[in-house]
Amino acid sequence: MKANSPWVFLPLVGFVLLAVLLGSGLGRDPQELPSALVGKPVPTFSLPSLMTDETLTQDSLKGRWQLLNVWATWCPTCYVEHPFLLELAARGVAIAGLNYKDDSAPARQYLAEQGNPFTHVIVDADGQLGLDLGVYGAPETFLINPDGEIVLRHAGDLNARVWQEKFAPLLEQGSQEGGA
Amino acid sequence: MAAEIGHLSLWLALAAALCLSVFPLIGVHRNILALQWYARPLAWVQWLALTLSMVCLGYSFYINDFSVAYVANHSNSALPLAYRLSAIWGGHEGSLLLWGWMLGGWAAMVGVLSRSVPLHMVARVLSVMGMISVGFLLFMLLTSNPFDRVLPWFPLDGADLNPLLQDPGLIIHPPMLYMGYVGFSVAFAFAVAGLLAGNMDPAWARWARPWTTVAWSFLTVGIALGSWWAYYELGWGGWWFWDPVENASLLPWLAGTALIHSLAVTEKRNMFRAWTVLLAIIAFSLSLLGTFLVRSGVLTSVHAFANDPERGTFILAFLSVVAGGALTLFAFRSSALTNNKGFKPVSREAFLLGNNLILLTATFVVLVGTVAPLFFEAMDLKISIRSPYFNGFFVPLTLVLILLMVPGVFSNWKRQDGNGLLKRMALLAPAAIIAGWFAARLPEPSPWQGVLAIMLALFLVFAHVDDVVRRARAYGQGFFTGLGKLGRGYWGMVMAHCGLAVMVAGITLVSFHEVERDIRMAPGDQASIGEYAFVFDSLDSYVGPNFDSTRGHFHVTYQGEPEAIMHPEKRTYHASGQIMTEAAIDAGFWRDLYVAMGEPLEDGNAWAVRIYFKPGIRWIWLGALMMALGGALALSDKRYRRQRFATSEEGVSHES
Repeated sequence: MKANSPWVFLPLVGFVLLAVLLGSGLGRDPQELPSALVGKPVPTFSLPSLMTDETLTQDSLKGRWQLLNVWATWCPTCYVEHPFLLELAARGVAIAGLNYKDDSAPARQYLAEQGNPFTHVIVDADGQLGLDLGVYGAPETFLINPDGEIVLRHAGDLNARVWQEKFAPLLEQGSQEGGA
Repeated sequence: MAAEIGHLSLWLALAAALCLSVFPLIGVHRNILALQWYARPLAWVQWLALTLSMVCLGYSFYINDFSVAYVANHSNSALPLAYRLSAIWGGHEGSLLLWGWMLGGWAAMVGVLSRSVPLHMVARVLSVMGMISVGFLLFMLLTSNPFDRVLPWFPLDGADLNPLLQDPGLIIHPPMLYMGYVGFSVAFAFAVAGLLAGNMDPAWARWARPWTTVAWSFLTVGIALGSWWAYYELGWGGWWFWDPVENASLLPWLAGTALIHSLAVTEKRNMFRAWTVLLAIIAFSLSLLGTFLVRSGVLTSVHAFANDPERGTFILAFLSVVAGGALTLFAFRSSALTNNKGFKPVSREAFLLGNNLILLTATFVVLVGTVAPLFFEAMDLKISIRSPYFNGFFVPLTLVLILLMVPGVFSNWKRQDGNGLLKRMALLAPAAIIAGWFAARLPEPSPWQGVLAIMLALFLVFAHVDDVVRRARAYGQGFFTGLGKLGRGYWGMVMAHCGLAVMVAGITLVSFHEVERDIRMAPGDQASIGEYAFVFDSLDSYVGPNFDSTRGHFHVTYQGEPEAIMHPEKRTYHASGQIMTEAAIDAGFWRDLYVAMGEPLEDGNAWAVRIYFKPGIRWIWLGALMMALGGALALSDKRYRRQRFATSEEGVSHES
């Protein structure tokens, strides 16, 4: 390196770029993503079902309060989250799965091994529905009302704390209004 | 009361850190010896204050003082004492305190063990460390005070420590990791002090080197512990996930590995000075970046325990000041470090530079892979970076690295006869190829990548054996006398390099020959992997101190002979309701057997059970331990002992 060589500024420039990138990430905390879709109906889709031969559409997500859980076998956090989904299913919460950018064979094996909490699983192999939903990565969970509208979106794993704080109050409120 | 004392002594530490970062530097600039002299006592005051804070937090956990928010969130009266104490670093605030305490400890130790370093340099180094400390303490006091009270209505019992962290491995994993992270601050401080001074003392590499080696060894152990913990605690048998938090610890390790080699060149040949300084800055900046990634919540991860954008902003600002400031200083001052001494393309320094470039490339690859999701998010693209990307770059880079290590070890400083080098390698290569070919077929045939990796690992080991023999003989006093004459520093290198070979062999074995079976089993059922038969004997349940457990009893036979008794568990923790998988592992040098209970199946009696056969997995951690041991051996080298002797003459003796 010679004196005043411009190369000595390279590490600094690289760091500034990195810092800008990290700063931009701060605004958009992946745990708390207000989705543009909240209050809107689930985007239209027509995709195969993982466990049966039927074709699923947006109408499959209507008729009752349910969760739409985005998962994949390549996502380590999904393994962590899975036992809680099973627990919710056991408590009677309806959960639809969205198998996101995944291969179906290992996905079926995953459910066979880990247990299947899902009422039905939408196969979104190329991620198109995920894109329409604005999915950042697996796992993510949407709360959907009987009219098929998205009420809440949670990025990251679903656990007892998140459930109590975010989902349970909305679900309770919803079922009361529905009953009234 | 303890919490208030702890809080107060944090402010005291901040005051000491502020003085430390200002007065000694003034002393250096105005040439006032008394102010320079204050650096050491101030470092001690800072550390003692931080120690008092640690003790106070530990005491609050000990007496279950749930009016302290941090204690209430991370402990529980039913939690066993060892976990109550290790809960000190079980969450965000306490981790920071541990970090700050260690930073203070490193500074105090630098003060003690730097008698041979000129006072103005010590003053600068400790000042720089004081500045880092100010940032950390402010961060703690302003955004994450571990001593905050929840009064007047405090909980009667705590929320409990995250069950994932209730584990012996996790008692020591964070301290080891942080010792490594924080330890790089010493090399960083020496580098920045050198840049501040304007002319780099040729001896600075000699001063900074042992500290860097210690930090690197701790970091190596810390990463290995983390991997081991993930393997047995997360319950799905993997040992590395390229998770952002794991990457955060790997990044400073890679840069640190480059740094310790570059420091060797700078010390022996007074070359690559600017490069070494840059690496020292990068290694510590990456340590801080790791903290940012883990604590800010910009990346989702299974490891992210506390996420808070406000804290993220603070750490980013801090990182910008530290790394940005140091790199700016580097940009304007590094020209003073260059010397036009060239080096021959075939020499030890040339090969070390080559290895440095590969390590830095690997660092860059991991960094890009880790932060790329942020970049894609900013572009509104949804692309996830998964292990194929990391493995695709990292594995070939490692193999090329090994290939370059051998001539590096064989070569002399200054210049090396290229023909002699080629001849030595040409003699060893066939041996490695033949032995590797057979070794790779031993369990069962491997794909060519596996065969190649085994050959390279053996090549590396053979090369070191050859080198040890040659060097021992070179003394001309018989082989065994010669062995005794080889320095510990040299043995450290041999040990660490062979550790890498062992690790590569282990990774290869487990990647290509592991067997994973996920099956439905009820008591009485049997499953087999090769010659191993796993029998599910029975199922029972018991109540632990703070959890309920369902436990399976398995026995394993190998070729019909009893091999192991295994007890996988499924635990439900009382306070949080979290369900944890406790895998049963029968560990062995050649293979691990791994049984984990998945989920109970419909009929209630049968379970989804995961049975894994993992050959060579222990070698991964064994290799890492060998690397760390290599670092320890290098530290026990004669020249450092002499330094320590000089120190103890002045009435202070310390382990280095």
